Amino acid sequence: MNFSLVSQYSGFLLRGAGLTIVMALGSIILGCLLGTVLGLMRVSSSKPLSLFSGAYLQIFRGTPMLLQIMFIFFAIPQIYNMMTGSFFNWKPEIAGIIALGMNSGAYIAEIIRAGIQGVDIGQTEASRALGLTQHQTMQLVILPQALRRVIPPLCNEFIVLLKDTSLISSIGAKELMYRSRSMGVTTYDFVSFLAGAAIVYFCLTFILTQASSWVERRLAVSD
Amino acid sequence: MIKVSNLHKYFGNNHVLKGIDLEVEKGTVVCIIGPSGSGKSTLLRCINLLEAPSKGHVLIDGTDITDPKQNINALRTEVGMVFQRFNLFPHMTVLDNITLAPIKVRGMAEKDAQDLAKALLKRVGLADKADAYPKQLSGGQQQRVAIARALAMKPKYFLFDEPTSALDPELVGEVLDVMKSMALEGTTMVVVTHEMGFAREVADRVVFMDDGVILEDKPPEILFTRPENPRTKSFLDRVL
Ligand SMILES: Nc1ncnc2c1ncn2[C@@H]1O[C@H](COP(=O)(O)OP(=O)(O)OP(=O)(O)O)[C@@H](O)[C@H]1O
Ligand SMILES: [Mg+2]
Repeated sequence: MNFSLVSQYSGFLLRGAGLTIVMALGSIILGCLLGTVLGLMRVSSSKPLSLFSGAYLQIFRGTPMLLQIMFIFFAIPQIYNMMTGSFFNWKPEIAGIIALGMNSGAYIAEIIRAGIQGVDIGQTEASRALGLTQHQTMQLVILPQALRRVIPPLCNEFIVLLKDTSLISSIGAKELMYRSRSMGVTTYDFVSFLAGAAIVYFCLTFILTQASSWVERRLAVSD
Repeated sequence: MIKVSNLHKYFGNNHVLKGIDLEVEKGTVVCIIGPSGSGKSTLLRCINLLEAPSKGHVLIDGTDITDPKQNINALRTEVGMVFQRFNLFPHMTVLDNITLAPIKVRGMAEKDAQDLAKALLKRVGLADKADAYPKQLSGGQQQRVAIARALAMKPKYFLFDEPTSALDPELVGEVLDVMKSMALEGTTMVVVTHEMGFAREVADRVVFMDDGVILEDKPPEILFTRPENPRTKSFLDRVL
């Protein structure tokens, strides 16, 4: 065990942490966009849209995340090749962000569905009775109230997502997990490098946890 | 005029409204009374299409709202509704609760809507609460805001579904007073209520509903003193 090695390579590791943060942000943004669209589809009165969104959730919840990452990185280029005859390859970072974003989109859709359906039906009835359209009701009355309810579970999802970026190391994205493992291999000092990575992950999730309880307290006050 | 004819409503196999006929003339107050589960709320909710009638017709000033070609949103602006549980928008101030629909549905200018809202708040005795949030108000105050919110759309008809049932007894009076003042001004109102004193004093007609049918439809002085149907009699014996 030799922590001075870790500090010697801290620049190398911190660049990995930077990539971890970038990939987490990328997949959170993608996940929120997808999740909002899918969540709205899920509660929409259109049967096909709702069914599609439900099936999407089932698929992403019913298969391992690691498999999803590998499928997008390895299998999608092959499918593309079979269909068009030409070749393309993802960067592992890009494939990873897409896989994580699509996966968290499924869970965020569920959070948003629960947030919308958790708003009292009386709110919709009062709005419609005043003559507001379905769209206006959603936009002006339901979504602002749903937003407050979804923030705590969304923060939780972000924390999960941040940790799950470590899975992208499996397809060769040189983020924090990848770099600490490869330093462990090179120096035979897994303890120091894995512990060092653990500390960085912990600090990042700790900041997120604190931020989310701050947001929750703010919401509680304005309620 | 509101004209309900042969209205039926099923929830699944549950036949809740069994051929309702009801007319509400402009400027009259009709109170609907009856035991729990008799379909009073369902009838009110069919009149502004919060529930879709299974069969029969509802005419508002001659327009059949059960006709699928009708613009429901436009029709609803003519029929205001006040709910048992107020249903104010908790994320908006009292003023915004009242101005929302006039601005978004009627296209009223913001300033005009605010002036209107302030005048209505004064009318319901809450001029000082414009910037409060619903949570900061008592139940009686919230219900008065809900009435002001409905008034702001200047509907031709008002539906009240047990507007005082969720209130502490000492707060009932302030809401009934507002409703009485509306009645005195000639507002057309259909009121589902358990407040027999209010029905006796304010209603032009009292309708007794039981098990999805209207059993009696009479002026209050007759219905309360000489009910004909035995079920009306036993209901009144229990509540009076
Ligand atoms: N959305 C619904 N889905 C299924 N059944 C319903 C629904 N709304 C009402 N019902 C049923 O219809 C019947 C009449 O209900 P309604 O609420 O109209 O009665 P009510 O006369 O208003 O009673 P109360 O005095 O308790 O308010 C009840 O048996 C109720 O269970
Ligand atoms: Mg009822």
